[in-house]
Amino acid sequence: MASDVEQWKDELYGTDIRAEIERFAEEGWDAIPDDEHDAWFERFKWYGLYHQRAGQESYFMMRIGPPGGVLEPGQFRQIVEIADDFSRGPAENPEFGNGWIDVTTRQAIQLHWIRLEDVPEIFDRLEEVGLSTVQACGDSWRNIVGCPVAGKDKHEHVDADALATELHDTFKENEAHSNLPRKWKVSVTGCDEGCGQGDINDLAFEPAEKEIDGETVTGYNVRVGGGLSRNEPRFARNIDVFATPEQAVDVAGGISALFRDNGDRENRYNARIKFLVDEWGPEKLRETLQEEYVDFELETAGDDLRESYSYNAGEADGKHDHVGVHEQVDGNYYVGLNVLVGRIGVDEGYELADAADEYGSGEVRLTQRQNIIFTDVDEESVDDLREVPVLEKYSPDPHPFQRGSIACTGTEFCSLSIVETKNRQVRYARWLKENVELPEGVENFHIHLSGCTASCAQPQIADVSLRGMKTRKDGEPVEALDIGLGGGLGEEPQFASWIAERIPADEVPGAIANLLENFDEARDSEAQSFREFVADRDDEELADLIEPEETDYDDPFMHNTKRTWYPYAEDDDLDSSPAPAKADGTPIPSDD
Amino acid sequence: MTIAVRTLDDGAWISVNDSRQVSVSDVWTLSHGSFCECEPAYVLLEGFFGVDVSGSVVVADTVGRCLECGTQDSIERLPVGRVVDGEFKPYSPEGVQSIVEPGAETD
Repeated sequence: MASDVEQWKDELYGTDIRAEIERFAEEGWDAIPDDEHDAWFERFKWYGLYHQRAGQESYFMMRIGPPGGVLEPGQFRQIVEIADDFSRGPAENPEFGNGWIDVTTRQAIQLHWIRLEDVPEIFDRLEEVGLSTVQACGDSWRNIVGCPVAGKDKHEHVDADALATELHDTFKENEAHSNLPRKWKVSVTGCDEGCGQGDINDLAFEPAEKEIDGETVTGYNVRVGGGLSRNEPRFARNIDVFATPEQAVDVAGGISALFRDNGDRENRYNARIKFLVDEWGPEKLRETLQEEYVDFELETAGDDLRESYSYNAGEADGKHDHVGVHEQVDGNYYVGLNVLVGRIGVDEGYELADAADEYGSGEVRLTQRQNIIFTDVDEESVDDLREVPVLEKYSPDPHPFQRGSIACTGTEFCSLSIVETKNRQVRYARWLKENVELPEGVENFHIHLSGCTASCAQPQIADVSLRGMKTRKDGEPVEALDIGLGGGLGEEPQFASWIAERIPADEVPGAIANLLENFDEARDSEAQSFREFVADRDDEELADLIEPEETDYDDPFMHNTKRTWYPYAEDDDLDSSPAPAKADGTPIPSDD
Repeated sequence: MTIAVRTLDDGAWISVNDSRQVSVSDVWTLSHGSFCECEPAYVLLEGFFGVDVSGSVVVADTVGRCLECGTQDSIERLPVGRVVDGEFKPYSPEGVQSIVEPGAETD
């Protein structure tokens, strides 16, 4: 039997949702019939609106997905202005204040505390500068991710930006592809470093070459069925297809249609294409694609560049992110700035927008490590840019513990998360910076904190993977983390092994400190990277190297943060929630 | 009276009559043997994958992990609350629960 979600989608989905959002916005929150909340909130996701968790009713997260993370001149500033005007909550966050933007691991931006009544104006202001929230959530083509410096990069083999944009233009608001069995995440990599992270996407285009009719053609190999969620991580599988840049959109459309027609619509937990690839195998998927979904002969896979993939590959001297100053193909520079856990306050956002305008082209790009990049900075301006005060915090040369930190949304807003994440990760990074010396030669160290198994912080591809859990300490349930080690991408990607489970959250910094000390003592040489060190040992050996302990690190979020209306409010009790609220923020009484 | 129950948001919630009532991330106390050998078992619920109504009792299919022994498994038909006069009354996770056999009389 089709799920409720499938029935709701059958009744109304896709672009038809827009008029209904505008109607509800006009009439107010109360206009949504009580017995239709579940259906409408599911549909709103297609337009990038996600109802925040219990205790925060009537407030929404809004996601904006620029293809490849490219924000053209003026777009970043417009988002900051929208956040300034509309993304303010009823209580302050102790680390971030009130009013910010979140850069996500899929090169999108999320705003919180959005009121339905404000959505039409926000849509208008986004559209004024060519941005949109269409299909940012829901069962369809999500934001196309890829090399964040596509089109500018000296390592580029094929122009990923062109394909990402073409895919975006073709499959956004495309009726034939607007209602898929589940989310559909696509990556385009064009460089020889592998920074598009195709391996963890539903559909990945990766740079390749192929000899066709005696000529060497540059294009893409195609992989399908990657993803990290639900304790079922998969790397995308090679389906033995090469696509020229001209064929790539048709191949993508064919695979999307194949998923549309063959994905599991009866069980949402089995609906992602990774499970279809498990069931069919890549050969059957290719055969079906050829026979039923494309009208030209598919080429077999070409020669890929995976051997040279160094991005997050765990090599001591490999590429770890896009932070820092790097020369572009045109002789200008791109400057990658570290954004700790992806969150930028609105005041700092304006300063960053000013700096991007003054020293670069005004373009701001978003990376899959929750950072931002200014492009097109001429050589003479690089030093001046470094002196801009806001770059002290959003640094091109951050401490490795801050540079390597990623965190998802967590219980602050997210329904699925088990633990608080962003504030905790900021506190972890601060404590580690002040108390732990990295072993000689370790300049990059990735610590990813995800609040649950949905894995939005991509924990399985980090040096140290942290995943939300609970444990009992002194007889009480407390927030805890599972610790995994040794994950990463590269030619031979590897998911982390979960080595230590249910570690109280206040003992995790001590565990990381001890782990690094033990690594420093036991490694073969200073040339051995952490990932290589982990790969050389079995789980039991590694478990002995993690020695969780309390330190002077203080964790204010050990209680059940999900059982609050907002974990940082002075009176955080669910019964004290000011939600749901009217458009002006005044609470709507429950008997209203 | 018809009671609408469903899982929501990738299994984050049990919705009862279009209201998010039961959340993942709570620790439930389960009687001996119904999940693992711990007595009692303190089980973190990580996700819901099904929900049903048995009499007036709402039962959930969920995935959980024991905080003591680490057993991770699915739990079928965990009672999470009951509907009284059309209103859902959630059970407290701290109260010791056992699992409802299909077809069992639970009122």
